[in-house]
Amino acid sequence: MLKQRVAEAFNEPGCATNRGKSDQDRKRGCSSAALTPGAAAGGCAFDGAKVALQPITDAAHLVHGPIACEGNSWDSRHSATSGPQIYRTGFTTDMSELDVIHGGEKRLYTAIREIADRYRPAAIFVYVTCVPALIGDDVETVCTAATERFGLPVIPVDAPGFVGSKNLGNKLAGQVLLDRVVGTREPEKTTPYDINIIGEYNVAGDMWQILPLLDRLGIRVLASISGDARYHEIACAHRARANMVVCSQAMVSFARAMEDRYAIPYFEGSFYGISDMSAALREIARLLVDQGAPADLLTRTETLIAAEERAAWRQISVYRERLQGKRVLLYTGGVKSWSVVSALQEIGMTVIGTSVRKSTDDDKVRIKGLMGEDAALFGQIPAKDLYRMLAGDEADILMSGGRTQFVALKTKTPWLDINQERHHAYAGYEGMVSLVRQIDATIHHPVWRQVRAPAPWDKPGAGQ
Amino acid sequence: MNVAEIGTKACAVNPLKSSPALGGALAFLGVDKSLPLLHGSQGCTAFALVLLVRHFREAIPLQTTAMSELSTILGGAENIEQAIGNIFERANPKLIGLCSTALTETRDEDVRGDLRSIMLRHPEWNDLTVVHAPTPDFAGSLEVGWASAVQAMIDALVREERQTRILRQVNLLPASYMTPADVEAVRDVVESFGLSAIVLPDLSGSLDGHVPDEYVPTTLGGTPVDRVSDMGASQITLAIGEHMRGAAEALERRSGVPFKVFDRLIGLEAFDAFVETLIGLSGRPAPEPLRRERSRLVDAMLDGHFFFTGRTAAVAAEPDMLLAVTRFLDEMGCRIGAAVTTMKSPAAAKVPCDPVVVGDLDDLERLASSGDCDLIIANAHAAVAADAIGVPLYRMGFPVFDRLGAGHRVSVGYRGTRELLFDIGNIFIDHQTEHQPYQRQDREVASDASVISA
Repeated sequence: MLKQRVAEAFNEPGCATNRGKSDQDRKRGCSSAALTPGAAAGGCAFDGAKVALQPITDAAHLVHGPIACEGNSWDSRHSATSGPQIYRTGFTTDMSELDVIHGGEKRLYTAIREIADRYRPAAIFVYVTCVPALIGDDVETVCTAATERFGLPVIPVDAPGFVGSKNLGNKLAGQVLLDRVVGTREPEKTTPYDINIIGEYNVAGDMWQILPLLDRLGIRVLASISGDARYHEIACAHRARANMVVCSQAMVSFARAMEDRYAIPYFEGSFYGISDMSAALREIARLLVDQGAPADLLTRTETLIAAEERAAWRQISVYRERLQGKRVLLYTGGVKSWSVVSALQEIGMTVIGTSVRKSTDDDKVRIKGLMGEDAALFGQIPAKDLYRMLAGDEADILMSGGRTQFVALKTKTPWLDINQERHHAYAGYEGMVSLVRQIDATIHHPVWRQVRAPAPWDKPGAGQ
Repeated sequence: MNVAEIGTKACAVNPLKSSPALGGALAFLGVDKSLPLLHGSQGCTAFALVLLVRHFREAIPLQTTAMSELSTILGGAENIEQAIGNIFERANPKLIGLCSTALTETRDEDVRGDLRSIMLRHPEWNDLTVVHAPTPDFAGSLEVGWASAVQAMIDALVREERQTRILRQVNLLPASYMTPADVEAVRDVVESFGLSAIVLPDLSGSLDGHVPDEYVPTTLGGTPVDRVSDMGASQITLAIGEHMRGAAEALERRSGVPFKVFDRLIGLEAFDAFVETLIGLSGRPAPEPLRRERSRLVDAMLDGHFFFTGRTAAVAAEPDMLLAVTRFLDEMGCRIGAAVTTMKSPAAAKVPCDPVVVGDLDDLERLASSGDCDLIIANAHAAVAADAIGVPLYRMGFPVFDRLGAGHRVSVGYRGTRELLFDIGNIFIDHQTEHQPYQRQDREVASDASVISA
């Protein structure tokens, strides 16, 4: 059954990469190539599923497995909440040797009961990890029994690590929501301005820079999937008028399925970069008006965009001169790196290279359009090569995720975190201003002069 | 004295434990030019890697055999072989530390046998040592994995015969909770007696946070692999913590090196015992700087004991660290109001608190709250518990990801104990219980009429 779901997850007509593949390649899936023993990097399917669902803040997230799965990973994600805290608590069955021998179902059931009795969460998501999958724990049945017994949704998330990559886990999590949550409840009211935002996890509070803008336009986010979400909202998500997919590759299947089942149109967009932010607002307004919202939404949106863009550029202009011609190496797993590329170019920086690991062919064409035909587009850069590039002073700043942080720092190159672990919000107009401010502070930091200076004994003429 | 009480919950809430495989990897990171390899799905490595990076703020070389559903069922020998091949080509390490995980142990793979035939097939890997440490995630915690990896290295690298003893050479087996700076501090003391120490593992060489001149895909320092083989010729093995007893015994079994287990190096009395052993081994008097350090610690204890008296601490840590920290606090006059640990162990039984609970940080929160504790000592995850009950947290153990310099703190030896004493004493000073002011009844109040004008 899981195998079938995995195959389905890979058979995504909405994915541009997939459309370009032969039948055989498509069957093989999109992430199998990355898993080379001894040369692999990145999280597993369980990791991906947890990333996608944990931001549902009023649910408890119970990891059924031995200590490594939750013990080594809890308390490490910065998806922010505006209220409930239960999602942060690390729950795990911490399977022992005896559980492996006798099966972990009984412990799992008791664990669910303990959580239900003590915390009364809106729902409990139960993550199946490799070991219970291997010994054949019937988590599905346990969850069904628990749902009836304890009177709250107990939802199995069947995405054990060994079925594939983090990206696959994202998709499997989306399917879980589609199959078991979306459409199970009805909202109290609906409006012509209801949308869902899909694939935005509110890292460092990103969403809070978008929501005030939507509020000003009278656009209501019915469900966020899943940043700062509440279970009930996702259960009602099928009543939205339009869907926006933010992290396209992982969640595009989700949006397409919602289009099929509930006739909700969707588009893929980004909140990063000024022009992308504006494009996203325009598209949301257009879809809503298409669906019957009053047409004045379009003009109101344009007015807001004009004012916001003006304000953002005014703030950014202070830095334009200071950042003119500075060379950026952009290395991110992020999907829409072109949106950041165009934003950086807009302020006069030179993007010397960018990664296109998760980009589609369309994305690559857009990047080439922006950076020229000889643009350096990277897949995975081995740490050794990255070190050589940075040590050779090929860039003034590396913007990447935590994985390459120390490669940059050891070469004494300015580094800026733009991934999940970051603490600054970069979404929206405000986010772009703060990104530029952060780039400026990083490149012009006083520490670089001192740490790059030679030690007294290495100075010419020293020690003689 | 007391029995460790096993928690009765089926669900661990805010776990205290990290996994044994992570502990095994950490031990292998203390060997020069090594690269640990977790035999499991790639998530096993990714989680461990992220946590180690957050704690040490260093690039951590750590690889995965990237087991899939299929290879788990059919057996992982092929993945191990491929992984070693890829690592050999890209990083060319001296040692690969292969740690199993719950995934591969559940299938009960014969990794040892597989490894033997793999190595036979590849004469080109002649200079490469691959050590396999069994570290199933469903049995034990970081401490157990650490000990397992050290013992595995001894079993794999120390010859099984009595060797000619090298005068003044001693083995030092640090405890899993010792920081790189702790290891360096103890080695310095050992060497100040004119002894030469083989430290296994030696995190002070690899994870002490330095800036190398070139890119190194493996560990960049630590115990050289060939020095591990030399351990069979040492005069004695000094093991720190009960969990290192097994490794010390293995060494004795193989090469007849006698051993001594010190249950802790935190505290005056505890470190005195260690120094006494060094005096006996070296036949030398204690060097002057060490005497001075001891005297400073004595002075610090005199100055500081007031602030520990009458206070109550809750401590959550792996058994051996729990023992070291609680005994020290006890010696300073601080009561242990709650003690939580990861598993049963002879060390836990010696903790001055009854009961010692095998549990999680949720248990710590409950016990610290009901036990009226003034301070929590635990890893950084305990911030949630400390916030919830409104007491300060002193971060110790693993992981500590929200403080700079987690690897640079010293808390063992005379100097380290003094630093620990100051750190904790200062928290107690900051959080003194103050008297509620009492308003005297019917107090005389100044009024215009009461002012006699001049």
